[in-house]
Amino acid sequence: MTDIVKEEQHITHDDPKVVSRRWMLMKVGALMNAAAALVVAAPVIGYLLGPIRKKGGYNSWISLGDLKQFPVGETRLADYVNPYNHPWDGATAKTACWVRRIDKSKFQVFAINCAHLGCPVRWFPQSELFMCPCHGGAYYANGDRASGPPERGLFEYNYKVSGGELHIDAGQMPTLANEAKLKVLNNLNSDGKGCGSCAG
Amino acid sequence: MRWLTESYKWVERRVQLEAPVKDAMLHPVPKNTASWWYVFGSAAMTLLMLQVATGILLALIYVPSAGDAWNTLQLLNHEIPLGWFIRAMHGWGSNFMVAVVLIHMMQVFMFGAYKFPRELTWVVGVLLLLMTLGMAFTGQVLRFDQDAYWGLGIGASISSRVPIVGGPLVNLLLGGPIIGGATLTRFFALHVFVIPGALLAFVGLHVWMVLKLGVNEWPMPGRPVNRKTYDAEYHKLTHDDGIPFVPGALWKDLVFSAGIIVAVAVCAAIFGPYGPTGQPDPTIIQTAPKPDFFFLWIYAVLSYLPPSLETPFLLIAPVIGIGFLLVLPFWAGEGEKSWHRRPVAVIVLVTVAVLWGVFTHLATFTPWSPKMDAWSGSTVPAKIVHNLSPVERQGAVIFQSKQCRNCHSIGGVGGERGPALDNVASRMTEDQLIRQVIQGGGNMPAYGKNLAPSEVTALVRFLGTLHPAGQPAASDASRTAAAQFGAPSQTQSSSPTTSPQKTQ
Repeated sequence: MTDIVKEEQHITHDDPKVVSRRWMLMKVGALMNAAAALVVAAPVIGYLLGPIRKKGGYNSWISLGDLKQFPVGETRLADYVNPYNHPWDGATAKTACWVRRIDKSKFQVFAINCAHLGCPVRWFPQSELFMCPCHGGAYYANGDRASGPPERGLFEYNYKVSGGELHIDAGQMPTLANEAKLKVLNNLNSDGKGCGSCAG
Repeated sequence: MRWLTESYKWVERRVQLEAPVKDAMLHPVPKNTASWWYVFGSAAMTLLMLQVATGILLALIYVPSAGDAWNTLQLLNHEIPLGWFIRAMHGWGSNFMVAVVLIHMMQVFMFGAYKFPRELTWVVGVLLLLMTLGMAFTGQVLRFDQDAYWGLGIGASISSRVPIVGGPLVNLLLGGPIIGGATLTRFFALHVFVIPGALLAFVGLHVWMVLKLGVNEWPMPGRPVNRKTYDAEYHKLTHDDGIPFVPGALWKDLVFSAGIIVAVAVCAAIFGPYGPTGQPDPTIIQTAPKPDFFFLWIYAVLSYLPPSLETPFLLIAPVIGIGFLLVLPFWAGEGEKSWHRRPVAVIVLVTVAVLWGVFTHLATFTPWSPKMDAWSGSTVPAKIVHNLSPVERQGAVIFQSKQCRNCHSIGGVGGERGPALDNVASRMTEDQLIRQVIQGGGNMPAYGKNLAPSEVTALVRFLGTLHPAGQPAASDASRTAAAQFGAPSQTQSSSPTTSPQKTQ
């Protein structure tokens, strides 16, 4: 079998000047491609980094519903539709959380995610513990770490009460890099808000 | 048949593939490498082809949408004719592929095949292993059920521990703030386009290098690799004692590959497809998520690490592990290939294999996790409550109702997070039991706040009955002596009812 390409190479004998010009043109072509690659790469990188927002960038105040659902002294499961969602999210647009009502106006709203690796913790009212099914983390009623691998207590959302409804400041899956609460708030306003309004 | 020959010639005149293919097929390989030990690489490639084929078949039906994916899996399982079988083939094919790739790697390691001049073949192989594991993980995500959902949560939680860029990494991994539609589509892109594309390209390079550098000769003790002389030695070996790759070695590859495919099909037919488990609804929290088989060992390691070591371990161990694999051929590129002369290599491999096996085994029954329904679902054995006083029985009720059973077993039933309590009274005195219940410690939560003093008394009285029949309960020696001889110095009350208040 003959290799046509190889044979042709033997035929052409170019002037060295022509050859060096061709090399130069090839370098120009390569440079143009590099420039084009940069032009294309910049928007591609921007597109890929699109989901990144600064802490709290996805958050907004969400109602968990009527206060009456949360009896004083009890911890109840609540859920809400995440403010950032798409029609094709299906059930995953929903997020669950634990609401502990301490007294008439004082609440604690805990993320469902274990502070260890994010599994859903379950509340046991009899022993007043949150237990995690994955690696055995346990938390007290106030969210403090009781035992197991978590290095801290449960993540807590900021909340406020308005119009007879409980609102929380949420929107992003709480992790060690984004601990649900943006600022630690201690003061309680006289109007019964858990000072969530100060953060807003 | 003349037309066939003519057509072949016509095509060959145009593609000119005959010479390179002949070269590849008939290149001489050392005779003793035509062994059953050398069949795993080709089997891994066969499995990759099977995964590509079954993957395309699944893509005909599967919808990568967080709202619909689970339903299309149900459709495949129950309505599309033989959809369940294709899913099962893909799932079992993935298991077999990870296993065969690991066995191939162990064999190459034991045979010293990563040494000169095959260093880069090994490095590409390590990348292929990582991509195979990447396919296994992303594939588990595409099976979009509860395990996939919470598995992603674990992935996000691990990413969040990276210093400085942890937050952005979580957003990148999830494609947004939460696990949702954007998360599934990006894992779909990874599983179907990015990783398979890279995988096929790197497999091509890997096989190319095997053809160019020759199949690693059977390692012989006392025949170390020397960069200066190796090429000549190998050349001599293949020409003095070599056979053409086809059919000398290939027939075993073919037989083994066929066997593997049949094994996948048999497993698929008998055991069926994996899941999906429950719907990926984050508000259904009655779930105990678990990774697939090949990631179980990580699941176990993560529950045994002390909290302070966890982040360093998660971030540093993979770098060290992968770094070791990548550096290995450059660090030990020469010297003995035979396992008879490489005791450290043998010990390392055996240690890793045993550790992997132990952690995987532990993760199959998760002794570190509370049994979430033991308190309500498991009965207290009748022989334990037999002959108990009313207050002791009350203690047994408290033991159940306060979820003690979720972490402590009695009669072999219950959680294994804490020690089994069948004989607890023979190793702890009443005072020690009270202290442990109220203050917790040693990985047990403190119950002081939610047990009334009377409940503590009842509970501890019940625990005090838990000792073998012929063996007395543990007691405080000084107190026994004081009771016997009436020591005047004893001022503290020994009544358990008052102790809790004091400790509080």
